[in-house]
Amino acid sequence: MKAYSLTNLKELEAEAIYIIREVAAEFQNPVMLYSIGKDSSVMVRLAEKAFYPGKVPFPLMHIDSKWKFREMIEFRDNYAREKGWDLIVHYNKEGFEAGIGPFTHGSKVHTDVMKTQALLQGLDKYKFDAAFGGARRDEEKSRAKERIFSFRDRFHQWDPKNQRPELWDIYNAKVHKGESIRVFPLSNWTELDIWQYIRLEKIPIVPLYYAKERPVVNLDGNLILVDDDRMPEEMRQRAEMRKVRFRTLGCYPLTGAVESEADTIEKIVEEMMTITKSERTTRVIDFDQEASMEQKKREGYF
Amino acid sequence: MNEKTNIKNDGFTAAENSAPVNPSEPLRSSDTAEGGMDILAFLNQDQQKDLLRFLTAGSVDDGKSTLIGRLLFDSKKLYEDQLSALERDSKREGHAGDDIDYALLTDGLKAEREQGITIDVAYRYFSTARRKFIIADTPGHEQYTRNMVTGASTANLAIILVDATAGVITQTRRHTFLVSLLGIKHVVLAVNKMDLVGYSQEVFDKICNDYRNFITQLDIPDVHFIPLSALKGDNVVEPSQKMPWYHGKSVLEFLEIIHINSDRNFNDLRYPVQYVLRPDHDFRGFSARVASGIIRRGDTIKVLPSGKTSKIRSVVSYDGDLEYAFPPQSVTVTLEDEIDISRGDMLVHPDNMPHVERHFEAMLVWMDEKPMDLSTNYFIKHTTNTTKVRIDEVRYKVDVNTLVKSKLDWLSLNDIGRVVLTTTKPIFFDPYRKNRQTGSFILIDPITHNTCAVGMIIDRLSIKDLPSRITDADREKIANGQPLVSEAVRTTRYNQRGSTIWITGLHGSGKNELAFILERNLFEKGAVVVSLDGSSVRSGLNRELDFSPADRAEHLRRVAHVCRLLNDQGIIAVCSFISPDASLRKQVAQIIGEARFHLIYMDATMEFCRKNKPELYEKADRGATEFLPGVDLPFDRPENACFAFNPEKNSENVEVILDYLAEKKIFPFA
Ligand SMILES: Nc1nc2c(ncn2[C@@H]2O[C@H](COP(=O)(O)OP(=O)(O)O)[C@@H](O)[C@H]2O)c(=O)[nH]1
Repeated sequence: MKAYSLTNLKELEAEAIYIIREVAAEFQNPVMLYSIGKDSSVMVRLAEKAFYPGKVPFPLMHIDSKWKFREMIEFRDNYAREKGWDLIVHYNKEGFEAGIGPFTHGSKVHTDVMKTQALLQGLDKYKFDAAFGGARRDEEKSRAKERIFSFRDRFHQWDPKNQRPELWDIYNAKVHKGESIRVFPLSNWTELDIWQYIRLEKIPIVPLYYAKERPVVNLDGNLILVDDDRMPEEMRQRAEMRKVRFRTLGCYPLTGAVESEADTIEKIVEEMMTITKSERTTRVIDFDQEASMEQKKREGYF
Repeated sequence: MNEKTNIKNDGFTAAENSAPVNPSEPLRSSDTAEGGMDILAFLNQDQQKDLLRFLTAGSVDDGKSTLIGRLLFDSKKLYEDQLSALERDSKREGHAGDDIDYALLTDGLKAEREQGITIDVAYRYFSTARRKFIIADTPGHEQYTRNMVTGASTANLAIILVDATAGVITQTRRHTFLVSLLGIKHVVLAVNKMDLVGYSQEVFDKICNDYRNFITQLDIPDVHFIPLSALKGDNVVEPSQKMPWYHGKSVLEFLEIIHINSDRNFNDLRYPVQYVLRPDHDFRGFSARVASGIIRRGDTIKVLPSGKTSKIRSVVSYDGDLEYAFPPQSVTVTLEDEIDISRGDMLVHPDNMPHVERHFEAMLVWMDEKPMDLSTNYFIKHTTNTTKVRIDEVRYKVDVNTLVKSKLDWLSLNDIGRVVLTTTKPIFFDPYRKNRQTGSFILIDPITHNTCAVGMIIDRLSIKDLPSRITDADREKIANGQPLVSEAVRTTRYNQRGSTIWITGLHGSGKNELAFILERNLFEKGAVVVSLDGSSVRSGLNRELDFSPADRAEHLRRVAHVCRLLNDQGIIAVCSFISPDASLRKQVAQIIGEARFHLIYMDATMEFCRKNKPELYEKADRGATEFLPGVDLPFDRPENACFAFNPEKNSENVEVILDYLAEKKIFPFA
């Protein structure tokens, strides 16, 4: 019997591949949202596996807030080129031209204009009817109830009272014109699963995840990397070199680093298992409001 | 096999990672925290874990949240900041004083808390050194059916909580029924709050016995009982010191060791094609998740619905070709022959076929606010197939609390019932009991696109037992006005052939006596029989007709047609009519059909008749009434009667007729 049993990761992998194929088969125009983070990297690998030896039959889309870490953009461009992905990069042009940014407008306005609005624009522009996201249910309490196929109305909004029952692995892919589905193939993965998978599959990730001496500024207890000179001069002057790494990646002014010695995946996992600090606490936006994630989802982000 | 291709079956268990792991010594994550194990060993062990999905059910305040909170907490997988957030919450809304309120760990849904939004299932994750666990946590509010059914659909095991102070209650039965409906094979009855009953073995034993008595009527193969206190931590993670009489495992120990892999169906190959991969002209692959059975390189397979056969040339995966694949692996296969295959087709072994049918029965759970509508053609999604379906009939509804079945015309939200369905094209299925993957389906509303119902296919009945199966041939018959119940079927069911026994004779000749005794005799012997006589027909159907020769003709014509309808439906008609005119009797015989018409003549003397009906004949004699056969109308003595009876011997006459009917195989037929 042992011969016919799968490990947790292999089972999660098989489930994710099944979900990804289901979307490719049932929707006219799906897209995979690529955030450059570790979860996205795992998701893209799963998509490659799903259609091997063929190519992934849908594009990837990165919503560029124009405030991502430079290393992320570099990584994205190199990796996409090397893999030959069909990669769409979309950003909110009006917001960019109006100079929206976290330092000048605060995290709430910035996130709304450069992330949420940008995402909705991108989805509308290409008329995508399904969008894969790399979110996991264990990331945050309000995610626990999220469907794998999460229904969105014409305005991309998530209505908690109007979600479809989801049983077995039979996913309802019927949508009317303009409506769409967000699909979360990594729903059942935990953070440890993600790291373990990256380790075993040797999936390249942005080097920011590994600890290194980096120039950081302490802003209200968050260690913010000095990534470019859009950071106000007076802040940059307070920069000091510390050995840090990032547990999540986003807009650099909104993502705090943690001091760490972990420069390999094994050490990252060890740190995670021993220091036990939930990864999202280093993402500044979540402090705005206890249920901000829930709020953002209703507005169409995630 | 002996090819030098790169064949392996598990990319993760390759030798490079095989640090020796001793499964008898489970490693708790705290070992790592204390530096007891190095990280590589930890990771290597972690990657061997398998996955157990379980459901928790209980009624409000049984301690479900406390139990889950403790499992999460005590398995030391809660992150530090979730804990500090928890301490804040406890002070604000908790109920457990300064202690941690474990229940709050699982109750983080702000929208739900503030707006009372219904949440069907919340999924929680934790792991131990041996296993990763996914908990489907279903809230116990009024939407319990929908929620529990959803949570149970992906679970291998269910923990059903009971409060030791309350014992087995209605909700316990309801939860257990839903768990069995969804085919969960392992149930743990967790008897909680043992601290409130003094950790008493008697209380525990009584609850277990009550439960055992109840579940005999359900199909759950594996049931376990654990006494615990979620609040105090007894038998949750560590075995309790307080219940030395209990020798079993704690909840967590049990969850870690229970064997679930054999629940999968490895026997019947069902490979529902999900995606056709055609990257270039050389490669044509069929991707699927193996629903059940094993698919092997070299296997002969049959494609449904085309029925074409071929051989598996290769089982392809990103991590190298495989020798075989098993459920729930997602792979791609290539075939030796070029066969046209598309999504929704199924590969099977030729000697092990699923049902290929348009007509089947299922247990259906209605999930939508909008009730079932028998005139709607719903979408049905079954494996990777989507087609249209009509609900022919609701056979019954089951009350989840009492398990009592009742007849109902349609189902509404949270109703569960047995229904008969007909799809537009055949689907390839197995009964749900035998195969969860190929026995389950969802119905989608064609207008709202909501998932309005979910179903589990029941063992297929023989087609002729199913009601309202409508074939194309049936439709043609209906269009032509031909009945769907054939004469042969009626003959078998009634054990008789529809025929008319027509008794003719003068007024007072004893026709009715013979007819009524004959009817009773036939009825008592099991025949389906109807009797017709002049007064009953004339009192209603023919009330406007008089006794003139013209009206008499019309009267008998109508009676003849009634007999014909009855005989067509397999029923025996016993008729008692004077019918004095030979030509009219001939016309009646023609309407009914000569072969079904059996004429009996009551050969009574005029004297006999007058003695029976003195007033009538006297009236006619005085000229006070006209058209009385034998007086002012001729009565044609029949030449072609089967029998001419002496009315004074009617009990013998009845026997003669019964013998005659038996001999002619009119009744009984066999
Ligand atoms: N004495 C005792 N109380 C318990 C136990 N388990 C839970 N409770 C209490 O019962 C109440 C309901 O528990 P909770 O977990 O919220 O129940 P749920 O509604 O099933 O989730 C809370 O006040 C708990 O502290 C137990 O084992 N013993």
